[in-house]
Amino acid sequence: MNLRSSILLALSGLQANKMRSLLTMLGIIIGVGAVIVMIALGQGARAQVAEQIASLGSNLLVVNPGAPGGSVRGAAGQITTLTWDDAKAIAELPLALQVAPELSTNVTANSGVTNWATSAIGTTPELQVIKNWPVQFGSFFSADEVNAAAPVAVLGQTVAENLFGSGVDPVGQTIRLNNLTVQVIGVLSPKGLTNTGSDQDNVVYIPLRTAQVRLTGATHVRTINVQAASAEVMEILQAQITDLLNQRHRIVPPAQPDFNVRNLTTVAETAEATTNTLTALLASVAAVSLMVGGIGIMNIMLVTVTERTREIGIRMAVGATPGAILGQFLVEAVVLSLLGGVIGVVVGLAGSWLISVTAGWRVVVSPSAILLATGFAGAVGVFFGYYPARKASDLDPIDALRYE
Amino acid sequence: MTHAVIELRNVTKTYTMGEVTVHALRGIDLTIHRGGFVAIMGPSGSGKSTTMNMIGCLDRPSSGVYLLEGEDVTHMSKSELAGVRNRRLGFIFQGFHLLQRATALASVELPMLYAGVPDAERRERALQAMRLVGLAGREHHRPNQLSGGQQQRVAIARSLVNEPSLLLADEPTGNLDSRTSLEVMAILQRLHRERAITIVMVTHEPDIAAFAQRIIRFKDGVIVADESVAKPAQADLLLAREGGATA
Repeated sequence: MNLRSSILLALSGLQANKMRSLLTMLGIIIGVGAVIVMIALGQGARAQVAEQIASLGSNLLVVNPGAPGGSVRGAAGQITTLTWDDAKAIAELPLALQVAPELSTNVTANSGVTNWATSAIGTTPELQVIKNWPVQFGSFFSADEVNAAAPVAVLGQTVAENLFGSGVDPVGQTIRLNNLTVQVIGVLSPKGLTNTGSDQDNVVYIPLRTAQVRLTGATHVRTINVQAASAEVMEILQAQITDLLNQRHRIVPPAQPDFNVRNLTTVAETAEATTNTLTALLASVAAVSLMVGGIGIMNIMLVTVTERTREIGIRMAVGATPGAILGQFLVEAVVLSLLGGVIGVVVGLAGSWLISVTAGWRVVVSPSAILLATGFAGAVGVFFGYYPARKASDLDPIDALRYE
Repeated sequence: MTHAVIELRNVTKTYTMGEVTVHALRGIDLTIHRGGFVAIMGPSGSGKSTTMNMIGCLDRPSSGVYLLEGEDVTHMSKSELAGVRNRRLGFIFQGFHLLQRATALASVELPMLYAGVPDAERRERALQAMRLVGLAGREHHRPNQLSGGQQQRVAIARSLVNEPSLLLADEPTGNLDSRTSLEVMAILQRLHRERAITIVMVTHEPDIAAFAQRIIRFKDGVIVADESVAKPAQADLLLAREGGATA
């Protein structure tokens, strides 16, 4: 008996009990649908996290003042050991692609009409490259404007909206940051929230020298962003920066350095691992319902075998081997579960779409998730179909024929 | 001469039901030659059905030897026995034993399905077998759309499609009225005559046993009589006498 006629036979068997077949499949339908929705949600979350991390800048090392995990740490900004010269020295390293120091301070921005509390960050044009952050209006300031301590500002989207209204081009207007009057020369495109939930668009960028000389009077920098030439050299660059700054700050191990170099890729990997774990967790919960569906199939197949004992007897009498009977009921169970799997895929796709539309959550349906869920459904059919099929094939032909 | 179709040597069968041991067969010796038409008779519990199951390779003896066409089938595996039933034996049952959901044609094709006969040939042979038993035109009827006699003819067609050397009929007329019984017996006699097929039939009706060439009687698990019938009754003649032969 070949596979094709086995499948046709199984289909006609299922058709004879449409309602029962449908109810049996329901367990698998829900299971497969749930697996697909859960994986879609998990992968959606993962894509979102990956996107947020990419928005921080790729291959990024961040140098902050203060010992790594040090016991004595001042409030952010109070340690003043990092300097612009440190940043310039790091920029000399061949593996450092872009270097952008930052000096931030809290300001009240005033457009003459409204006030908005935000932070002003003094930096250099390299920051825009590192963060891969295009402007919506105007342009970012130049290195010349940095050196000249020009009174210019580039607004983040949130600041621009709150001071001038959304969609309005404020380039050419002047605003006041605390007591410093600056001219708006650009507005950055929206970037959204960080993965910790802070608004990356609530910021005003000004030239670093402007911030140091005209706004704060400080000579240090708060942070140095360093973009490495590639992902592979990040650890080497991290060591090089540590050596360089130790030298510049005259720190001889075992003395604690007064700075720390963080690799944001590690942060990204951690975040990705977290979302992967979450996805696996959600999918395994859904897989449990698939298992329950499998038990439903086993239950119904046991009933079916009992009901069809005489049929089994007849088939055996005319020459069906135990293997052929086993195959027949196994194929029936697998057809049942695969059919449920296919319907479940449709339900899962519809469910994912519904969630993305109604709840606005990001969902990513991958073909591998569909294959996985369908394959798993088939495996459930084989696993839970085997016992009833085995029971059928073990029947004694005489007893089966006499069964009423 | 060639081997006997059936040769049973001191075959016994005991069943254990809890603490009670039932001796269904207490040592049967039986030889049936090719081309024979044998009726087995006896009261219920006499061992005739057990013998039939044994001959049909549906059951195995507790002791003794069963040679089917000279081949010892006593120690064959379940799968091997299934193959023997499929290709060398044909079954006809009292209750017809057709698949309720299958059409007549599908029922007749069933043994060939398990023998691995290709689709086209299977269909051709099934149609041929149905014509042979006079069921042309009923191919797509299901059992509940057929009379008892027609159902039994479907079963006969099914038993013939793999061209077995031995046909086993277990009370083939038990569920049929006398006229239909005659028709079925006429078909069996014709098969026996024209195809030289060996037939073993269990029956408790003397009228039906009268169509066989040899009658074996069982009682309490042993053979008590084994007699040749000098002049077996002719079912088609009886039908003709009643008027209007159909077989």
